[in-house]
Amino acid sequence: MLTIKNLHAEVEEKQILKGINLSVNAGEVHAIMGPNGSGKSSLASVLAGRENYHVTQGEILFSGMNLLDMSPEVRAREGLFLAFQYPIEIPGVSNINFLKTALAEIRVHKGLPPLDAKEFLRMSREKQKLVEFDAQLVNRSLNEGFSGGEKKRNEIFQLAMLEPKLSILDETDSGLDIDALRIVSKGVNKLRSENNAFIIITHYQRLLEYIVPDFVHVLYDGRIVKSGTKELALELEEKGYDWLKEEAREKATTI
Amino acid sequence: MTPSPSIPLFEEVVNGFNKLSVSGGTKKESSDLRRTRQSAFEKFRALGGFPSIRNEDWRYTNLARFLKDEFTIEGWEVTESNDGPSDNGSSARSEIPAPDGSLLKKAHIAGLDCYQIVLVNGSWDGRVEGGELPKGIQLLKVADARQDPALSVYFEKQAGWNEPFANLNAALFTDGLFVRVDAGVVIEKPLHIIHLYTSENNLLVQPRNVWVINKNAELSAIESIVSGGKGIIWVNGLSDVLVHADARFHHTMLQTAGMGVRLIQHTNVRQHRQSLYNNFTITLPGADLVRNDLQTRLEEDHTETHLYGLYLTAGNQLVDNHTLVDHQKPHCLSNELYKGVLLEQSTGVFNGKVYVHQDAQKTNAFQQNNNLVISPKATIDSKPQLEIFADDVKCSHGSTVGQFSEEALFYLRARGIGEETAKGLLINAFAFDVTEKIRIPEVETHVNELISFHIPANHA
Repeated sequence: MLTIKNLHAEVEEKQILKGINLSVNAGEVHAIMGPNGSGKSSLASVLAGRENYHVTQGEILFSGMNLLDMSPEVRAREGLFLAFQYPIEIPGVSNINFLKTALAEIRVHKGLPPLDAKEFLRMSREKQKLVEFDAQLVNRSLNEGFSGGEKKRNEIFQLAMLEPKLSILDETDSGLDIDALRIVSKGVNKLRSENNAFIIITHYQRLLEYIVPDFVHVLYDGRIVKSGTKELALELEEKGYDWLKEEAREKATTI
Repeated sequence: MTPSPSIPLFEEVVNGFNKLSVSGGTKKESSDLRRTRQSAFEKFRALGGFPSIRNEDWRYTNLARFLKDEFTIEGWEVTESNDGPSDNGSSARSEIPAPDGSLLKKAHIAGLDCYQIVLVNGSWDGRVEGGELPKGIQLLKVADARQDPALSVYFEKQAGWNEPFANLNAALFTDGLFVRVDAGVVIEKPLHIIHLYTSENNLLVQPRNVWVINKNAELSAIESIVSGGKGIIWVNGLSDVLVHADARFHHTMLQTAGMGVRLIQHTNVRQHRQSLYNNFTITLPGADLVRNDLQTRLEEDHTETHLYGLYLTAGNQLVDNHTLVDHQKPHCLSNELYKGVLLEQSTGVFNGKVYVHQDAQKTNAFQQNNNLVISPKATIDSKPQLEIFADDVKCSHGSTVGQFSEEALFYLRARGIGEETAKGLLINAFAFDVTEKIRIPEVETHVNELISFHIPANHA
């Protein structure tokens, strides 16, 4: 589904990603961990198409297409979804109208007929229930005055509504209390299927107790320095990142 | 100041005024009203005729390019042959073009249960749609009202006007609409007035409207402007609004005139004890020039005033909103929010003055002007002005000029929403602070649709 080859990217002329290789197949959940400033969120930004990130080398294939040729909206319509670390508040745009507009454009792109109002409402109710999202929030302005937890849950609600192929959760667990974390994770677990994939970016192992990944990758200094299974996350929790930093440095000097 | 004789419109209004004195068109008016006309015209001349940018109130609004055209004055030729007020409410004027159905459709507000009337070039044919008017509200043609000794007084008060255009209207007006709501009467359904301006030749129209909302009465009114025809139409409107004690008036203006229209609208509001005045002034792309002078004078204590403005400008449009909130007495509240969205090569001007007299203790006065400049070629001049002479008051003002939030735009695009659609959503959202305050849902929807209609792809 997603193939990242030797990805180098910079922001404001500062090299952030220094050769990332990653392959994600349908049905898989990949966790990307790493210390602050290692490039985790930058990777998410590059995938979603944030304009101030410039790819200097490498390529990204998404469902066989060149992702880097696509505008952010086309990536979304093709089924890529970024759950934001800091969802934006947009007063005056109603949550539901926003989703209706997004879904309509995605369906046009896929050559599907538009959903009528009744179908849309039914779908919205069903997904609200699935991810335990408060119906009152649905009709409010987009994220305006939402608590941190409500914003993150809204991201998962949007994810449920738009049914993407590949979802990237950028530190969705940050700022969440245990209850919110549990609800968010439950939502994601219900949405997991054979046909979609998730990349979960997190600083802590905590989220991975709820959403069990198939693979864990450690990002450090713009590179994936270690990959493994869920046991790697536990090891990181126990030992911290320092031993990996050491390893990475040694590796760099020996090369 | 000596007015420039090279302005053809100036020649025309001087001729018009001379003609007026000899034609007998005012012979049935009170001598006070005729004197008022004379002094207003002298004031117009003394102020230098049509204002130039040397006039501080017109510093950012250069009329030179609009004053090059020749115009004829609407009104007097017809009135000359009209010997006295028409008694059946229908007009004796035969030259009013039949309202153009498609233009009226444009002004139609879907689903709104209202009384609707149409004024063509400032003149009403006496018809009311949407049912019979209830007791306690009177609508009159100004052509009649100005000749009625009992109503004459409403056209005579000119004190304190330093505005050339207001004086010009006061000197030369012939028609318009007179609305009066009796004391204690609450008019449940809104009144929708469609001002249709249409002409095949260049025309100067000077509608004079008077609103009298008596004690403890309430009225909602929506005034829509639409235009058609090949001629350039200069509308110089003057509205007097008197909101008596405990009365409530919700006043919405939807300025949707098309290209070729130059609109000057002077609205003079006076508020008495514990009255409420809500004004919404919504200006959309179309008219070449729009200048609103909205002045509210809080002549007694404990009044409440809300002024909401929204201007969406495009093309080569010049849209200027001048407001004055004049706090004369204590314990009054005024709240003003004007938002502007500027597209293409358009220019916007906001000048908001709040004047708090020494007497006006315990005043609460708030003012905010926010602008979203979408195109690099668009400009906005924003000038808040607070003059406070009382010491126990709460006053604030703020002015911002900004562009689209890149973060918000990216968030919407990251959900599959195309850039143009996303911009449209953000413009609607920006305007939301004003539109959500419109108390009538059908009108709010109508305004939102007007906004969406004017934000097609590549507009920026």
